[in-house]
Amino acid sequence: MKNIDSRTHVRGESIYLDDIPLVQGTLFGAAFPSPIAHGIIKRLDLSVAEAMPGVVKILTYQDVTGENQIGGIVPDEPLLAEHHVHYVGMPIAFVLAEADDQARAAVKKITVDIDPLPVITDPREAHAKGELIIRPRTHRLGDTSTAWAQCTHISKGRADSNGQEHLYIETQGAYAIPQENNAIKLYSSTQGPTAVQRAVARSSGLAMHQIDVDVTRLGGGFGGKEDQANMWAALCALAAHILRKPVKYSLHRMEDMAMTGKRHPYSSDFKIGLDDELRIIAYEATFYQNAGAAADLSPAVLERTLFHCTNSYFIPNVTATAYSCRTHLPPNTAFRGFGGPQGMFVIEAAIAKAAENLGIDASVIQSRNLNKTGDEFAYGQKAVSEAHACWNKAQELYELSAIRSRIDSFNATNVLYKKGIALMPICFGISFTNTRMNQARALVHVYTDGSVGVSTGAVEMGQGVNTKMLQVAAHEFSVRPERIKLQATSTYRIANTSPSAASATADLNGKAVQMACTEIVNRLKVVAAGEFQVSAEEIILKDEWVYVNGERTDWDWNRLVMEAFTKRVSLSEHAHYATPEIHYDASREKGHPFAYHVYGTAIVEVTIDCLRGTYDMESVKVVHDFGVSMNPLIDRGQIEGGIVQGLGWMTMEEVVYDKAGRLRSNALSTYKVPDIYSVPKEIAIEPLKTEQDNLAIFRSKAVGEPPLMYGIGAYFALRNAIYAFNSTAAIPFDAPMTPEKVLLALYDNSAKEDSVTNEQTESAKHLAANS
Amino acid sequence: MGTKIGCREGDCGACTVLVGDLSTGTLRYRTATSCLMPLGNAHGKHIVTVEGINMTDLNPIQQAMTDESATQCGFCTPGFVMSLAGFCLSKNEPTVQNAITAIDGNICRCTGYKSIERAATHVAHLLEPRNNETPTDFAVGQNILPAYFTTIQDRLQTLSLGVDGELKNDNPLAQRIGGGTDVYVQKHDEIKDASIQFLFDKTELKGIQQEGNQCIIGPASTVTDLIESEIIQRYFPGFNDYTKLVSSTPIRNIATIGGNFINASPIGDFTIFFLALDATLTFSNGVTLRELPLRNLYLGYKMLDKQPEEHLTQIRFDLPGATTRFNFEKVSKRTHLDIASVNSAINLTVENNVITSVKLSAGGVAPIPKRLVKTETFLTGKSITEDVVLQATAIAQTEISPISDARGTETYKRLLLAQLIKAHFIKLFPELKVEQLLIQ
Repeated sequence: MKNIDSRTHVRGESIYLDDIPLVQGTLFGAAFPSPIAHGIIKRLDLSVAEAMPGVVKILTYQDVTGENQIGGIVPDEPLLAEHHVHYVGMPIAFVLAEADDQARAAVKKITVDIDPLPVITDPREAHAKGELIIRPRTHRLGDTSTAWAQCTHISKGRADSNGQEHLYIETQGAYAIPQENNAIKLYSSTQGPTAVQRAVARSSGLAMHQIDVDVTRLGGGFGGKEDQANMWAALCALAAHILRKPVKYSLHRMEDMAMTGKRHPYSSDFKIGLDDELRIIAYEATFYQNAGAAADLSPAVLERTLFHCTNSYFIPNVTATAYSCRTHLPPNTAFRGFGGPQGMFVIEAAIAKAAENLGIDASVIQSRNLNKTGDEFAYGQKAVSEAHACWNKAQELYELSAIRSRIDSFNATNVLYKKGIALMPICFGISFTNTRMNQARALVHVYTDGSVGVSTGAVEMGQGVNTKMLQVAAHEFSVRPERIKLQATSTYRIANTSPSAASATADLNGKAVQMACTEIVNRLKVVAAGEFQVSAEEIILKDEWVYVNGERTDWDWNRLVMEAFTKRVSLSEHAHYATPEIHYDASREKGHPFAYHVYGTAIVEVTIDCLRGTYDMESVKVVHDFGVSMNPLIDRGQIEGGIVQGLGWMTMEEVVYDKAGRLRSNALSTYKVPDIYSVPKEIAIEPLKTEQDNLAIFRSKAVGEPPLMYGIGAYFALRNAIYAFNSTAAIPFDAPMTPEKVLLALYDNSAKEDSVTNEQTESAKHLAANS
Repeated sequence: MGTKIGCREGDCGACTVLVGDLSTGTLRYRTATSCLMPLGNAHGKHIVTVEGINMTDLNPIQQAMTDESATQCGFCTPGFVMSLAGFCLSKNEPTVQNAITAIDGNICRCTGYKSIERAATHVAHLLEPRNNETPTDFAVGQNILPAYFTTIQDRLQTLSLGVDGELKNDNPLAQRIGGGTDVYVQKHDEIKDASIQFLFDKTELKGIQQEGNQCIIGPASTVTDLIESEIIQRYFPGFNDYTKLVSSTPIRNIATIGGNFINASPIGDFTIFFLALDATLTFSNGVTLRELPLRNLYLGYKMLDKQPEEHLTQIRFDLPGATTRFNFEKVSKRTHLDIASVNSAINLTVENNVITSVKLSAGGVAPIPKRLVKTETFLTGKSITEDVVLQATAIAQTEISPISDARGTETYKRLLLAQLIKAHFIKLFPELKVEQLLIQ
């Protein structure tokens, strides 16, 4: 089934935040951001700005009617800066004017004197200075300290991965319309309507039941609107609450890029030990997460880095420690994969390093260490593994050995171009790692004309969740999809929602829809049973008809619904679903946090231009563990899109802050995401169909985040291609692999020029890169 | 409502519209990113948003997009649809490659583009039976676009009688705007209410002609005008490969060559291109004309040898002769739709394996788009050997002063220029031994 929004999308008729017709008297907001990354506000001068045409009011922290606080996990993020500023872009004041242009013109007239304080942008420096957001976390399995003795090959190193700008094409924004008795109708481009509702309630001093957050759809989210939609919504709501006027703020791209956080950059150290059989015996990793200036979702992201620090491999002895380091950058936040990709990059770097030291291909170590069902992860859960199945199927189906020999002969005969290949297995846990978030509710109404309205906590942002919800309802009622409408997501209809995140939205909300529909169906069956003088078990509803003992009757869906209404039987249901079996004890760092894991293997092939340092993505060939896909069209789109986003993170997407904490890659002209020419020429996706039961809706495993991590393979494929040209290149594990890094590595002579060990070279290069 | 605001700098294509005009005598549609298009440049033209191509049922472009699930969040989608509509209305051959080129200025963050490629492939196939029918008639006949498109030519002609002269601006110090593709990115707020003299549609500033062995270009010619010029295509067989590296279809449709020069970016692709051709410019101050070689235009970073009242009226250069070889190179973080880290062009004449003349330009390596004069002097009179090329790359290093910025470190830009000089020679002299140039 196609995405149910396709028709209005291609006609330009879909409604996003900026398309909502304006209520008369609407004011326009614009934030005045801190120009300094760290300092103390000495003087804020609003006088010139206040006198600008159209300016109605300029809010500062003193105007906040509730608590000046929007931090979700840790209360460390003021809505408007009070005396300190902690990052460039931190909102200090909020201008309200009669027109959009007037608000922005006034922002430019605000002046602020800030006594600067030292600026930290490097997480290792923050760690050294004790600037930690939360206590460090450590996952342990076995005992690495004694395990090194069993290892015959030990490799150490450092791996860095950079941030990533979400670049949802629809920027952040909110539109607040005051209602009677201080209630607020709030349109927000958010993945987390309840998170917005909480932030607004807290900062405006209202009760949650006064705030109706209404979300029809987002023009992309990718995690960037999970927590960071709160700021704009809270500012608009506060202004609307104070001024009793509708207030809208739709951010310009440069405002959005400068003021919002991104994927967390990580700097990590690893040590990996293998035995003679190339089994990984021990693995130690230390992760320094660049959290930015406030916690935001960083503690949860940090946790998932640890959960995925061994990717798809079984390693009997693991010690992994993660530090969430406070720096003076905008608070970094959720981004598809949520810390998982950062953890996986490090173990893949460790394996690549070990392979390079041993002079073998990394895939030899990868394949030997894939986990099996029953193997324990460092956090205590036992794997139900498809790792070998995916890997083996990919090798056979895509004829890996033929690919390798084709590449070898290409590389032997070409100087200007070299090809490289890498395999990337993935294993990604599905569920919010914060167990209490794994619940959802759905509200289903059947109307007397036979039409059906479905409300859930899910937010549609292109991932097709509403289509899947519709499929669930259509299946349970056995009616035509056209009968069913997915309503906008509203905190008045569905309360206390979890954000649409963690790939779990379809599972959680789909199960709730299924339960609600089943309950209504059961009632309808009783009604039919009464009419046909049989038991309810003898009734089935199929293709809009009532069947009795397998025989179609003359009662159709409409008649049955009307009869139920006449008999005063409820045609509505509100159902609650909580994922069973999951639990986690963060004090012991053990438990069973995930409903299930998603597995897969990708073969990534690239070609580099050895003259220019540029490259082409040739192909990404995947065997992916879908369970049983309930919507192959949508799931294919999620995989293709995830792969390309992962490739972007690993190749051209380079977030650049200067030493003063100012974002230099602050527009689409300086921050490059994949365009149509930079995507792989071929993306092949083969499902691994498994008959095993799982906790996914219709056994169709979550598909949102896992494929992003296939993109990590591109980094290692590029490395391998560089080695084919310059076998002695010293290539630090430092993603993204931009054309600059490729060219410098192709012509790196350091190994020939001096006799320092590779390791020293690497650390020197890292210092240079960070200086 | 369907036209979306994505980036406000022509880099995402979400706001793409069709612009139909009669400048060539018959109605012609091209796409444009509406965020960078001043109202003055819409004067007397047919502007089509996605609403203007909606019919009762989905049109075949829209149907292809839905059939292939080429829309996820949908925010970029109207832009893709409009770019494909532009493809259906252009005279370009209806190949899959040209369909992809039509959407090379549209960014999608959801799909990974593969489904959009599949949709674009369908659209290209739809146009295959077009033969010699005009694109508009064919598109309307096939129900690809609404019937009213066939009435636009007459309506615009009627309208054009009425709007003549309305664009006049006598203020000699008015900000002059060509396509605006850089000006509206750099200083949108400053100039949105300024006195503007719109140059884009001035017929006297348009046109690409050959006079003897010279080519005369009106500075308001767009990149697309160059691509569609038979003269340019004849004398620069690699031109389409070069321009594929330069911005995107909707930007190439509105960016002017003169604007590229006057904008004075040290990295302007066409500035580098025409520097190697040693183009001569003609300026007018309204009274007198002045000629100036392009190589002398740049005095320092964004500083021009040009008076405020002067404006560019003509670009002239010698077309390549039988013994001339030309090449353009550009490398950026993203190969397409990006600003160069370093770009370079070379134009040399070889007789009996000896370089008799050479012009070599490079961008991104100095405060101005630069001719590498020392390297040129060295190369002149030399026979082409691997060793000479390597020496040239070394000499080039002595006349550049790149800085580290978002487009690369100084070290990288130095290495990259050397590589691009090698690339010029490898492309132009296939007999050179690549190993000796690359592996030292």
